[in-house]
Amino acid sequence: MSKDLSDVIGRVLPAPENHLSAEQLEQARKARRRFMGKALAMGAGVAASAAATTRALAAGDEGEDVILRLPEHSTGLGQAVATDPYGKPSKWESNLQRRQSPGLTRVPQASVSFTPLQGLFGIITPSGLHFERHHQGWWDIDPSKHRLMINGMVQRERVFTMDDLMRLPSVSRIHFIECGANSAPEWGNVALPSVQYTHGMVSCSEFTGVLLSTLLEMCGYDKKKARYVLAEGADGSSMTRTIDIERAMDDCIVAWGMNGEMLRPENGYPLRLVVPGVQGVSWVKYLRRIEVGDQKWATKDEAVHYIDHMPDGTHRQYTGIQECKSVITTPSGGQMLLDKGYYNVTGLAWSGRGTIKRVDVSVDGGRNWRTARLEGPVLPKALTRFNIDWVWDGKPAVLQSRAIDSTGYVQPKINQLRAVRGTRSIYHQNAIQSWLVSENGEVSNVQVY
Amino acid sequence: MMTMTYPRRTLARLCAATLFALAAGPAAWAQATPWHDIGRDATPAEVKAWDIDVRPDFKGLPKGSGSVSMGEEVWIGKCAACHGDFGESNEVFTPIVGGTTQADIERGRVKNLELGSTFPQKTTMMKVATVSTLWDYINRAMPWNAPKTLSTDEVYGVLAYILSLADVVPPDYVLSDQNIAEVQKRMPNRNGMVFHEPLWKVSGKGDVKNVACMKDCPVDSKVRSSLPDFARDAHGNIQEQNRVIGPIRGADTTQPPPSAPVGSAPPPKVTVVAAAPAGGGADAKALLGSNACTACHGINSKIVGPGFNEVLAKHQGKADLVPYLVGKIQSGGSGIYGAVPMPPQPQISEADARTIAEWIAGGAK
Repeated sequence: MSKDLSDVIGRVLPAPENHLSAEQLEQARKARRRFMGKALAMGAGVAASAAATTRALAAGDEGEDVILRLPEHSTGLGQAVATDPYGKPSKWESNLQRRQSPGLTRVPQASVSFTPLQGLFGIITPSGLHFERHHQGWWDIDPSKHRLMINGMVQRERVFTMDDLMRLPSVSRIHFIECGANSAPEWGNVALPSVQYTHGMVSCSEFTGVLLSTLLEMCGYDKKKARYVLAEGADGSSMTRTIDIERAMDDCIVAWGMNGEMLRPENGYPLRLVVPGVQGVSWVKYLRRIEVGDQKWATKDEAVHYIDHMPDGTHRQYTGIQECKSVITTPSGGQMLLDKGYYNVTGLAWSGRGTIKRVDVSVDGGRNWRTARLEGPVLPKALTRFNIDWVWDGKPAVLQSRAIDSTGYVQPKINQLRAVRGTRSIYHQNAIQSWLVSENGEVSNVQVY
Repeated sequence: MMTMTYPRRTLARLCAATLFALAAGPAAWAQATPWHDIGRDATPAEVKAWDIDVRPDFKGLPKGSGSVSMGEEVWIGKCAACHGDFGESNEVFTPIVGGTTQADIERGRVKNLELGSTFPQKTTMMKVATVSTLWDYINRAMPWNAPKTLSTDEVYGVLAYILSLADVVPPDYVLSDQNIAEVQKRMPNRNGMVFHEPLWKVSGKGDVKNVACMKDCPVDSKVRSSLPDFARDAHGNIQEQNRVIGPIRGADTTQPPPSAPVGSAPPPKVTVVAAAPAGGGADAKALLGSNACTACHGINSKIVGPGFNEVLAKHQGKADLVPYLVGKIQSGGSGIYGAVPMPPQPQISEADARTIAEWIAGGAK
């Protein structure tokens, strides 16, 4: 064994420190410190790097440096396990973040941040990128002090600790959650530059919890008279929403789990209601109470907001279902195609009424359509990923997707929506989205119908 | 609390119990819902503490009363900073009052919600059909930074003040649980709500129809609306919001779109730019954001309250400036910059208030 161990770090040695003298150990430690210091310094600054699309090599070119000259990560020692005990995405991915829409809201506690759909794959939204909508700020509540109360038209009014709830039979199900105001700014004209802001108030997660029906049965809800339940949050806004008893007894989940871990605080830790197919505002966060009753409550967010302004000046109240919708996420607004030729056009489709049956894609502004491939799993009230091949000839093209759900409902065009609901509404805008690919390769948000 | 019996289920449970007593088998497996008794009964006091909702039929409304003038006093102290003296402010939230008329009160429908209206906002009083909604919401969620701290009578008073601003009740009115049902009959948009069941039931059918035409479909293919130039980079540089690898990149929206066709220019440089976290950290600007200070105070200019630089200019040279500002931040104040008082901010710790005060004293940059 070499006496000078300063360069041993980096070679594979079986459990070296068990066999070393005190002096040798100190040498090894010094070498490691130097190495770690260097690694940290390298990690600190992530600046610009050259674009790296595949280009044909020039004649006589021996090859690319990244292949011919071995990089540091091929010739050095990597970082230790548990360097970051709760792992984070690569620093190279830091462009993909939840972002706010400037000017959309005036108070950061009653605001929204949008999921970067333009960069996501498959159907599960990473928990840290799940869109946020808070009505009076978010909290990180001590779970040992959180309680759920069930009262009203029940045989016995009950209180549950998190210990109690997590002891109950649980389910794990994948569902989308979409804010009722997703795509809201575009009832009229185009206003937003990218799919993050046009559609980024939708996310999809695997939720774990006890079915609300289990809890209502345990409390002996009044099967003859109960028609609605009220869900109420424990935060400052104490969000309250009316839910139909049929809905409550069907697939609603009192959830604590999200994507294999506990809910994130921004998403309602330690307890939220999952109301599949219904707009996100009903998925009450920090859930503290369920009341069983026989009339609707007309709470603030059922009587002033989340209502649909119709052309005759009335408002439709209690329009909670998120109807069938889809959007192409790549290529999408604000993106840049680097060349002509083959592209995989990909996007997401979902329906609050069931499963996605089919997604069609047009590249000529809706004149001709081809049916896209649905990637599994295709689940009820969950995001569904679609893909379709496209060879771009470099001419202007308008890309659209159109989803059809298991009820046969076809996602409408914006002019069809407006013909029924006018242009002054805010909520429940599920129109076909158009992306214009210009000759320069840039993709922009347009309306074509 | 309701009491009722469920003969079928009780019978089933009795049968099960008898059966397994006889069989002396593994009863734990056989009980239909062995988790049935997990949890505990809620006490009456607990239900009273949390069951605060008020329905349109006024079930849940506590006894009490409040006059318009009492409500105005509470309003000026705790509500006007965000909503304006007369509920008309559009600075922090959408206005509460405005856009309704005496004719609307007669008819129960708000004219300004109809086509052709040029009224710029949809105020709360224009939309809300049920007075219970306002009582419930003020009681559960207001004031903004100290929800659930108003007394029952104060809630009546604040609501009476709002209703008087909209001419629903006269200026000398005393609103109470006894007369609120009469007030409901004067709500300007009380007949303005409709219920369309298919959009409430999962099993309903949609109200907008499209057909899945596949070939030579009737479309205009004309671009009817496109992103305005000013909106191109209104959300930051989209290039920095896209992945740095893959077939597609973000467009550099700080520059005009390229004029040459695709492929004729060198591929764009790719950049990784970590977005600064919106909150967190104890620096002053993060505290201003997380405590909603910037909703009312600009850095240099007045929004509802004075700009931070204006505060500094007024008190420049004050020996005890930092402790003075700490006190103002925590306890609020009025009369120095105008009639609208700043409400106390008890949620801001002394240390955080000091951070903000030192930042203001240091130039508010």
